Amino acid sequence: MSTYSASKTVALPQSVEEGAAFAGRPLSLPTSLLAGGTGVFASLAWVGFGLSCLLWEDLGDWSHTHALAIAAFIIGGGIIAATAGGKWLGRFGAGLQQRTPWLLALGLFLTLWEVATAKFAWLPLPFFPPPQAIIEVYTDDLPKLLDSVFASIKLQLGGYAIGAVAGFLTGVSIGWSRSVGYWVHPVLRFIGPLPATAWLPFAFFTFPSSWSASTFLIALATGFPVTVLTWSGVASVSNAYYDVARTLGAKPSFLVLKVAIPAALPHVFVGLFMGLGSSFAVLVVAEMIGVKAGLGWYLQWAQGWAAYSNMYAALIVMSLLCSGAITLLFRTRDRLLVWQKGVVKW
Amino acid sequence: MVALAIAGCASPATVGASLDVEAVSHAFDIDGAILPVLDDISFGVKPGEFVALLGPSGCGKSTLLRLVAGLEPPRSGNLREDGDPIAGPFPSRVVVFQDPTLFPWRTVWDNVALGLEAQGILKSQRHRVDAAIDLVGLSTFRNAYPHQLSGGMAQRVALARALVNDPRILILDEPLGKLDSLTRITMQAEIASLWQRSGFTTLLVTHDVEEAVFLANRVIVFSDRPARIKADIAVDRPYPRHRGDPILAELRRNILGLLGLDATW
Repeated sequence: MSTYSASKTVALPQSVEEGAAFAGRPLSLPTSLLAGGTGVFASLAWVGFGLSCLLWEDLGDWSHTHALAIAAFIIGGGIIAATAGGKWLGRFGAGLQQRTPWLLALGLFLTLWEVATAKFAWLPLPFFPPPQAIIEVYTDDLPKLLDSVFASIKLQLGGYAIGAVAGFLTGVSIGWSRSVGYWVHPVLRFIGPLPATAWLPFAFFTFPSSWSASTFLIALATGFPVTVLTWSGVASVSNAYYDVARTLGAKPSFLVLKVAIPAALPHVFVGLFMGLGSSFAVLVVAEMIGVKAGLGWYLQWAQGWAAYSNMYAALIVMSLLCSGAITLLFRTRDRLLVWQKGVVKW
Repeated sequence: MVALAIAGCASPATVGASLDVEAVSHAFDIDGAILPVLDDISFGVKPGEFVALLGPSGCGKSTLLRLVAGLEPPRSGNLREDGDPIAGPFPSRVVVFQDPTLFPWRTVWDNVALGLEAQGILKSQRHRVDAAIDLVGLSTFRNAYPHQLSGGMAQRVALARALVNDPRILILDEPLGKLDSLTRITMQAEIASLWQRSGFTTLLVTHDVEEAVFLANRVIVFSDRPARIKADIAVDRPYPRHRGDPILAELRRNILGLLGLDATW
């Protein structure tokens, strides 16, 4: 890439200047020089991405190439401005500085992607659309995409909530009561390990609508891990806690609500996390096969019409939604379980 | 006890309860084999008395405490608190265990509040929690979580969690067993002064002879399992006691002799 080698020669003197500006604080010099240098490179990578959009003619017919180039220039300018004025931006500046290596990598990746698809078609074209084609999907097909997003969220939220609550209650009952455990445990062992997707045919002709069938499947996929981990959490609570609570006058309801459940919560969250993962899989499969809405259905539809850029666009949205959901779950856990030392960060 | 410290509404005579252990025998069922633990134990404790139960490790002392606490019923015999049979756990008899067993998801304050919360009287009695925490000198740690406390501090919290219930019988199951020797000495003195000020009946299980004679009015020495009472020794010395007291040293030697350990002296 010509842009990259050019950027090197320009960048070096600039970063030395940067370093000189910070020379008043000799101790911080190496790190700020390094960070500033990366910032300059990141900015240049984005400018290079913009140039790569403009330098050659598109091989296909995409309407947003120029807009994309302008956006890349703006981002490049923003990065260099933030690098120079990072100390006036406070926490945002510090956060940005920490991420400049990623911005650099992203700029380079986009440049390579642009050149390899839209400009020289090193990657075969309909299957590997360029960035501007995906941007085009977001601008032109937004209503349908948004509808799909909302349909997916609705289905996922309903199924997940039902599965999580049912799994939690079942887990607590099995863990607490021996007789409930006697009856539920074998059922759980028999049915639980079955992948929820295996129920698809059954669910779609048993339930009145494909929506309720999918909700059932998602709830099932969520419920099994939540049940097992809640159960193991409740069962592993040390008897010493119950003894203490009992000598202090605790009734059985107190033992369940204030001893067993809080003590089991770390396990419950592992179950919720695992349930979330497996319910995503069921959601997409259910939407592809039965429900005529949602991101899974959108993916299927896009593939059917060979609209590959729509497929990639939907995949990106889907990954953002899934990782957003998991982040939300982890934040909730960190808030509820502040008492735990060294919890896993996400 | 804490109510006493705050309001002075109860006199020591009414705080402590008497305890009667009548011909209690107990056994564990381990894989079908019956393992006798307590063999025909009988003794009485007067209100406000401090009795130490001393015996070799694993002889069944802690089991006896569980019976007194009401956590388990005995296989035979009776236990009475102020003449009434002990049928189950009740907050007038609280236990401080060897491990502090604080609830890790609760702050110090919430741990101490546990008993009042379980009895459903926390809303009107919050000041008792504050007073109990002050009493053990941990007011600055009321919002700390258990993992932020040292072993001695955690055991103090456990003590406050017991005392906040105004127990009539305080049951101490080797509460200082896992603490370092300096913290032990400090807390022994604290327990002695708490007991003197409040007047609850105290039952202390220990296998530290020095601790027993330093703290208790009476030391009951148990044999190996199944536990029988070997000796019931009055420790008739005024409080505050001194560790160097020659009479206590003499008693200690006698008790070690009863336990078959006099060769080391």
